[in-house]
Amino acid sequence: MKKTDGLSAKKVTRRGVLKGGAAIAGATAITGFPTVWAQNLKDVTLVHTGMSYSTIVDIARQASQDLGFKVEMSVVDHPGLINRMVNDPKSIDIADMEIWQSKVAVPQGVLQGVEIAKIKNWGQLTPLYTEGTFAGKEASREGDSPFEFIYRENQDSNAFATGKTEWANFCPGVYNADTLGIRPDLTGREITSWADLFSPDFKGKAAIQNIPTNGIMDAMMAMEAAGELKFGDKGNPTQEELTKTIARLIELKKAKHFRALWNTFDESVNLMAAGEVVIQSMWSPAVTAVRTQGINCVYQPLKEGYRGWGNGLGLMAHLDGLKRDAAYEYLNWYNSGWVGGFIAKQGYYSSNPETAKAALTENERGFFYEGKAATADITSPTGEKTNSAGEVRDGGSYEERFSKVAVWNNLMDEAEFLYAKWNEFNAA
Amino acid sequence: MSPSNAASKSPLTTYLQVAPLMLVLLLFFAVPVALVVVVSFFRYQMLVGIVPDFTFRNYIDLFSNPTTWTLYLSTVKFTLITLAITFVLGFWIAYFLVFHVRSLLIAIGLFLVCTVPFWTSNIIRMISWRPVLGTEGLINSALIKAGVIDQPLQWLLYSDFSVVVAYVHLFTLFMIVPIFNSMARIDKSLLEAAVDAGATRWGVVWNVVLPLCKTGIALGALFVVTLVMGDFFVVTVMSGGLSGSATSGIFNDLQFLNYPRAAANAVILLIVVLLIAAAIFRLVDVRKELVR
Repeated sequence: MKKTDGLSAKKVTRRGVLKGGAAIAGATAITGFPTVWAQNLKDVTLVHTGMSYSTIVDIARQASQDLGFKVEMSVVDHPGLINRMVNDPKSIDIADMEIWQSKVAVPQGVLQGVEIAKIKNWGQLTPLYTEGTFAGKEASREGDSPFEFIYRENQDSNAFATGKTEWANFCPGVYNADTLGIRPDLTGREITSWADLFSPDFKGKAAIQNIPTNGIMDAMMAMEAAGELKFGDKGNPTQEELTKTIARLIELKKAKHFRALWNTFDESVNLMAAGEVVIQSMWSPAVTAVRTQGINCVYQPLKEGYRGWGNGLGLMAHLDGLKRDAAYEYLNWYNSGWVGGFIAKQGYYSSNPETAKAALTENERGFFYEGKAATADITSPTGEKTNSAGEVRDGGSYEERFSKVAVWNNLMDEAEFLYAKWNEFNAA
Repeated sequence: MSPSNAASKSPLTTYLQVAPLMLVLLLFFAVPVALVVVVSFFRYQMLVGIVPDFTFRNYIDLFSNPTTWTLYLSTVKFTLITLAITFVLGFWIAYFLVFHVRSLLIAIGLFLVCTVPFWTSNIIRMISWRPVLGTEGLINSALIKAGVIDQPLQWLLYSDFSVVVAYVHLFTLFMIVPIFNSMARIDKSLLEAAVDAGATRWGVVWNVVLPLCKTGIALGALFVVTLVMGDFFVVTVMSGGLSGSATSGIFNDLQFLNYPRAAANAVILLIVVLLIAAAIFRLVDVRKELVR
């Protein structure tokens, strides 16, 4: 992967300032767009690093085209991102983190604050992040909800603020409400509850994700739904609750309930498409990917609600001068519509629903956001058909889905204990 | 350079000659390993990372945790099974190439055929087993259509079986090459002499060929042992995450920036592999055999 040179960017800045002097500085302040620097800006390369589901090369291509400087995508897995951010922070410019990952990154001091005044459409961004509410009601606080982690006191505070401030730890990125994926042609009955993940009906045909922080959530949802254990707070379980949950997982594994545990997105697609598994933890784009193969796969809404998650785009601490200006331009572009339209088609939502909706056709807008039946074929971001006219999106409208988020993905207080226990589950 | 020649030169020249390799080894091998050892005594603090310290806690954690033992046991199991199968396959393939194929050209040609799978990446060779072994895969559909079974065999994929299949597929060549190399150097008149002296065909293999291939077998075994013990990817992918290995324990610790415990685990694994290597070299003096 290409590393861009922070030093050379700094030099360019200095030269730019010398050339133009105070007049440029004034112009910059007014437009927020350093137009005179545009010439130098094209030499900037921003590296956007994140997980495969959101770090998509099409986005980089479009950004490079629209912004005039180069954006590169660098894909890592969950542990890979945290490790890279901490050990090789300069290899990343924009970190596309999940909310719970910011809990590790922020105290480590690898990020700088995002100045909210420089994000032009901050006011339009979803209150899920900025206010902690959704559709006028307080959103679930079980787990790591975006609002609890988005603000910091100042640019270099490296800690989470309790209320709203002028500085953000990250600019809101994509988010979604997750549930179980099923093969309705093979389950043989209706699936209505998380409890079905552990149902003996699907012995040898179920799978769970092998990412401890996410997998445990699916397991807890299933256990609570089955009435096997009542959790005080699924967003922050106790050691005793974790021990019981893992014991149950081990029992299921020994009874050959799980066909596999999947680690990556493509594994979950293959398991489902090959018919190895009929019910499993799944991410929305994986469902889309199975459907593009002409196989019926449903992202089944369940009565206990969804497991929500969100991403945020953080500015790495080393960014300054011209490169930081470019980074702000990228953040503004990211929420200006194109990305929202693109990722809607893989089932995700943009933190700026207004501009995202504007970037979709009326048919797509109705299908993805408004819970209406499609009036024509719906396609994936890459153009393959996923749904036919007349079909309604699983789970209904944007509002309907997000008002049912029961718990957020999180890094619990007992995470270290969880990792040790999950290891036991892996080894059992 | 002959040994007598080297002795006549000043010791300084000799040191200078080994210096470049020495430097490379120091810089890229000794220093990193030393760092790993040092970090293995550091303390880990959640959300902070590593804190310099001198504690045995990581080692105590690992040794007192039954999971470590389960993982090592599973790794040793896979290593022994893979070793046995690759040895049998490797030995007989090499035997066939050396003693049964009369034309050297054909032997070399066939030997190259053995390397064909290596033209694609490890990952592709591994993943390509899935459509063969899967529930709706080649073997299951064939057996069902032939009426041999009526339910697909679930143990073919995402099981210990599929892990061993992948290991054997990936690593047999590492056994063939050194054994082929040792066998090719056996003087064929020795075999004739053995037959003349009344040895059976099997007796020749057992009393002549096998002892003379010891070096190749030892080297092949060393390759296979280190590859299997150090693997976590094949076992994770082929078992569908249902089996683990010693290395997957290290990987899990890294997920959460627990470098000290991962380092301690790496040190333990390194010691285990070194002990196995020492045992192999104890059985066969590879160095003596190689300069023979």
